[in-house]
Amino acid sequence: MKYLDEFRDPALARRLFDDIAATVTRPWALMEVCGGQTHSIIRHGIDQLLPPEIELIHGPGCPVCVTPLETIDKALEIASRPGVVFCSFGDMLRVPGSGRDLFRVRGEGGDVRVVYSPLDALRIAQDEPGKEVVFFGIGFETTAPPNAMTVHQAKLLGLENFSMLVSHVRVPPAIEAIMTSPACRVQGFLAAGHVCSVMGTSEYPPLAERFGVPIVVTGFEPLDLLEGIRRTVRQLEDGRHEVENAYPRAVPAEGNPAARAMLADVFEVTDRAWRGIGVIPSSGWRLSERYREFDAEHRFDVTGIRTAESALCRSGDVLQGLLKPSGCGAFGTVCTPRTPLGATMVSSEGACSAYYLYRRTGGARVEEVRSGG
Amino acid sequence: MDDPVTGTADGPLDLGSWSCPVPLRDSPTLVLGHGGGGQLSAELVENLFVPAFTSGAARGVTGGAAGTGEGAGVLASLADSAVVSLGGARLAFSTDSYVVRPMFFPGGSIGDLAVNGTVNDLAMSGAQAAYLSCGFILEEGTPVETVARVATALGDAARLAGVTVVTGDTKVVDAGHGDGVFVNTAGIGLVPEGVDIRPQRARPGDVVIVSGDIGVHGVAVMSVREGLEFGTEVRSDSAPLNGLVAAMLSATLDLHVLRDPTRGGLSASLNEIAKASGVGVSVTESAVPVPGEVANACAFLGLDPWLVANEGKLVAFVPPEHADAVLAAMRAHPLGTRAAIVGSAVEEHPGTVVARTGLGGTRVVDLPLGEQLPRIC
Repeated sequence: MKYLDEFRDPALARRLFDDIAATVTRPWALMEVCGGQTHSIIRHGIDQLLPPEIELIHGPGCPVCVTPLETIDKALEIASRPGVVFCSFGDMLRVPGSGRDLFRVRGEGGDVRVVYSPLDALRIAQDEPGKEVVFFGIGFETTAPPNAMTVHQAKLLGLENFSMLVSHVRVPPAIEAIMTSPACRVQGFLAAGHVCSVMGTSEYPPLAERFGVPIVVTGFEPLDLLEGIRRTVRQLEDGRHEVENAYPRAVPAEGNPAARAMLADVFEVTDRAWRGIGVIPSSGWRLSERYREFDAEHRFDVTGIRTAESALCRSGDVLQGLLKPSGCGAFGTVCTPRTPLGATMVSSEGACSAYYLYRRTGGARVEEVRSGG
Repeated sequence: MDDPVTGTADGPLDLGSWSCPVPLRDSPTLVLGHGGGGQLSAELVENLFVPAFTSGAARGVTGGAAGTGEGAGVLASLADSAVVSLGGARLAFSTDSYVVRPMFFPGGSIGDLAVNGTVNDLAMSGAQAAYLSCGFILEEGTPVETVARVATALGDAARLAGVTVVTGDTKVVDAGHGDGVFVNTAGIGLVPEGVDIRPQRARPGDVVIVSGDIGVHGVAVMSVREGLEFGTEVRSDSAPLNGLVAAMLSATLDLHVLRDPTRGGLSASLNEIAKASGVGVSVTESAVPVPGEVANACAFLGLDPWLVANEGKLVAFVPPEHADAVLAAMRAHPLGTRAAIVGSAVEEHPGTVVARTGLGGTRVVDLPLGEQLPRIC
């Protein structure tokens, strides 16, 4: 495939592995910010093939994982109401709220529908004027522009039966929170390429400067990841801390100005709770005053829902890169994708899920297995 | 929104303050995942249906073969089709229900799936399907023309597969209590002498062969599903596999396991075989044939092609001494031209499937939980 096979080429990967191995002289801890990167690293076994000096710490960039329980419970409450069509991307349906998930709500008669675009939800609202149609608008800077566009369209169309439950999050404040955590071990960042394709790279030089860390904008295919790692290690070995773009085919320095303008129109920055981590100041977006009438929290009066989570799982440590999923006592025993203790075990981008899917070996060491065929 | 970070973390993070939800208990109501062919489906069958159907045998209640010890064991083996003895003959017997939406998709329809699915389930025991039953559950208000199209496709598929529909049933349910057309078929066929193909028979050293490109059917159906329409030239691989299996049996009767990777895809089939036989399965990722169009579609939907349904493919576990002959026989058949050796059964990690990635790393290939869920981004 164009832009897929080319970036999985084993021979080119080998050269990058060799280059990294020749560059590294001492231990370095890098964080890949995005859950999509984590998934790709584990799925392709990249971390197994890197020199032992390089540790990859898995970051908090999984939108499903960090959506707070409170927001999930609000979604469950709204979706359970008669006359509501609750629309969501598929992977939110299995995320546990307090005692149930959206699949359960659907099984109990709620009208929960999987859509592939927020504009699908808008179309449902037009087609079914007698229903209240709600879209679950979560995610990072990547999913925010289409959601902003959808609300913008709803206002233009004067749709009174459409609203959005918004829990958007922003990457740069999360990097800042991680770097100011006393337990932080991160020495360099692979920034999330697709976030930067929207936002550009201008948010990162102040962070690289303030915390003295290299930040390399990195893609998601194996060669993209290896190139991001190679450049980060090169900087660390040289004692530099700069922002570099290793994903120029998708990321212009200015990002996507049209998308940013839409974001600025529809959303405003707010403090946001991250599941497993806590409130990070200025780390989220909510609908701006002009669009408040489309805010599902207000329309359905669920602003009062408060939840207290138990402290059974350690996804907070995992999301901050303080703990590998396999280091958690509940991993693979009490906590599996079938019975997730935390959202990191639910989403396909969650670090715990990636480890469970690809690293659970039923007692045998995967590394010792010979190749088939 | 491109302004620099405006907020500053209000002091260091309090690592003691994060929290996590309590685990969900087993759902008291069915969820769609219970029918997805993954872990939830397996739990429903093994924990609810099998005990309910076999407890009579345990209490000594008999009523024909189904209540005997033999029948109970056949059910518990959970093969694609049951192999039973009746009047001195060894019969393969299987049933399947078809609820695919949309009913018509590139390369096929619910009508030919209903034939091919059951014919293939029988073929996975080495049997040639002989007779089918066909039950229709139709929804009030469905256009007769739609039913006719389904019936015609079903009849054509039966003729192509060389089976005869010999009995049937029709029910019509109130509008809103069905989804247009549901079809159930059951089939029987004779298992040739000397053939013993079961999920339990994989042995370390067996060579794993896939009969062709995987993920095709699922992507074809998804490409026309409401709300997800996307342009692709992928057409369903829906096809009867009895001819291909006959060709393989002409190379050797000693095939150990056959499985058609429908719901849950290649990953589910390999996991089921690994668990049933107590062997490990080692697969070389780059050897598994995935067409570019399927890889593309899966890449942008966030799906794994190994988990996508097939309707005209099989995976075979073959003793190493027969592997070359079986592979050659498959490649000489129109439905097996792209057949490939993808791995082997191993003694290590019993019950677990491990893939060697294109880069040389390894990963566990897990049974899907339930439905595959398109990713957010």
